[in-house]
Amino acid sequence: MKKVIELINIKRNFQVGDEVVHALRGISFTICEGEFVTIMGTSGSGKSTLLNQLGCLDTPTSGEYLLDGVPVRRMKRRERAVLRNRKIGFVFQNYNLLPKTTAVENVELPLMYNSSVSARERTQRAIRALERVGLGSRLYHKSNQMSGGQMQRVAIARALVNDPAVILADEATGNLDTRTSFEILVLFQELHAEGRTIIFVTHNPEIAQYSSRNIVLRDGQIKEDKLNPHILSAADALAALPKPTDED
Amino acid sequence: MKTKELKDKKMSIANLFKIALRAIAANKLRSFLTMLGIIIGVASVITMLAIGQGSKRSIQAQISEMGSNMIMVRPGQDKGPGGARQDADEMQTLKLKDYELLKTNAKYLAAISPSVNASGQFVRGNNNTPSTLYGISPDYLTIRQLKLDDGEMFTDEDVRVGAKVCVIGKTVADNLFPNGEDPIGQVVRFTTIPLRVVGVLESKGYNSFGMDQDDLVLAPYTTVMKRVLAVTYLEGINCSAVTEDMTDLAIEDIATLLRESHKLKATDEDNFTIRSQQEMAEMMNTTSDLMTTLLLCVACISLIVGGIGIMNIMYVSVTERTKEIGLRMSVGARGIDILSQFLIEAVMLSVTGGIIGVLFGVGASVAVNALAHWPVFIQPWSVILSFAVCTATGVFFGWYPAKKAAQLDPIEAIRYE
Repeated sequence: MKKVIELINIKRNFQVGDEVVHALRGISFTICEGEFVTIMGTSGSGKSTLLNQLGCLDTPTSGEYLLDGVPVRRMKRRERAVLRNRKIGFVFQNYNLLPKTTAVENVELPLMYNSSVSARERTQRAIRALERVGLGSRLYHKSNQMSGGQMQRVAIARALVNDPAVILADEATGNLDTRTSFEILVLFQELHAEGRTIIFVTHNPEIAQYSSRNIVLRDGQIKEDKLNPHILSAADALAALPKPTDED
Repeated sequence: MKTKELKDKKMSIANLFKIALRAIAANKLRSFLTMLGIIIGVASVITMLAIGQGSKRSIQAQISEMGSNMIMVRPGQDKGPGGARQDADEMQTLKLKDYELLKTNAKYLAAISPSVNASGQFVRGNNNTPSTLYGISPDYLTIRQLKLDDGEMFTDEDVRVGAKVCVIGKTVADNLFPNGEDPIGQVVRFTTIPLRVVGVLESKGYNSFGMDQDDLVLAPYTTVMKRVLAVTYLEGINCSAVTEDMTDLAIEDIATLLRESHKLKATDEDNFTIRSQQEMAEMMNTTSDLMTTLLLCVACISLIVGGIGIMNIMYVSVTERTKEIGLRMSVGARGIDILSQFLIEAVMLSVTGGIIGVLFGVGASVAVNALAHWPVFIQPWSVILSFAVCTATGVFFGWYPAKKAAQLDPIEAIRYE
């Protein structure tokens, strides 16, 4: 299988006052194409720092990170921006949509910074991505006219639109109620089934049951890294939930 | 490869414009408030300049109505305001022979007329009015750009014989013929001299000093010199140069001829003074220019304040939009993209503000003209200038906030609350 992400002994230190904080103390793992990996850990375990590394928002103090075969550590800020644009799709906990902007324009955003995509192609791809996440009927709704679940779907469409090597989700269901969380998980599982590589960072152990592999961090080191032999279906879980009582 | 790069570059600039435009559209009220300063600034620059230019033009128009090519020769040396008073005999240095000399010898002149005046009461039947009697030659009409409303000008023959005829101004005509009778052919009396009215001048109204330009009576200079005043000297010679450009040459020529005729030595001062209408125009322009400059300064200050307004809002908006900037960076915007976006936003705001300001300024100028009846003139360069200043303002005041936005750390920006 093709290696999408390869971490080789990644360390990341921060200077806080006179002290050096070791946020990551030598992390190594490889993620292949088509994996759905959850990364778990309590707060302070180095989850966020690792996510920043994976998302090329930050560079390691030592070690090497290969994203789709490209070494990231010595890249300049500008080069990393272009790399993010082409290879990574982010999904954030609080959606981070542009305010008062339509769904299509929000999804178009990553392609706006890719000058090899024409305006016509950009819109077509945005519409296709929105249709993929089930928002084909809400293309021109503005972000402030949508529910949390819809906003997160727009955010996922935005992460899909540049056809990234990996989708990085940071607590993507953290702000949603149980039902909507499962709906989003169903979407992620569908994307996984289509062969997408997904990394889902969360502190919710339940979610690990729906992924193909689970990595647990503790104090900047990997505590556990194992495949999930019994992947649960989020669609089944959703069906098992009690029906919403308020019919509307 | 080269052409592809170029095409990509073009496209990315087009995208940046689109991004900036969307960001502005998403915050309409804030954008409008930002532009307000620029709108007011530009509108006031244009209005002030329009008023300044308008008054300048109206002064110029009045002066050229009086004859912009006009040259006036007066006896005696003008010592300037507050100088020593002139000798009585210095007032008599211009003689009729000087006029005749200039009439035959002076180059660059289109028309020439001597001038002697007498003030006094004009009487006709029960009506009388104080006015000034000017003794002149028919050329005077050309020089002062006067036109006849009725009747005709007296002739050179009238001048030769010293005929007792006159041409009267509108005010005099109204005062002496209050019931609307035709003045032509009637006789009016100046002191003891009866003068037959042969023409009435077209009205010119008041000049910019508030003088009634219609309150005058013209008669042949021979008549005034011999029959009214009994003098041999002239109060002045008025002439007009062929063109405005030749005024200076004409003045020099007149000076040379007069010095020769007055037998002045090289060391002697002129015993006459030559003034041109142009000089007067320049003097008055200086005043109106000063006023325009002052108004412009005030307007420029408001433009700068508008610019600071833009900087202020852009600066606040960088903080307010930190999260947005973080998001843009995380989906692949480079520092330069963010910088360009904010800069383009600032320039767009100031240029749009500029356009609205131009419209308001033109509107205000028209309104001032319509309501206050002030003369206005909108100079195309004032529009271009304020436009250029606007764009410069946008870049200048947009740069710092844009730079600040571009230097944000994406990790911190995206988690900013």
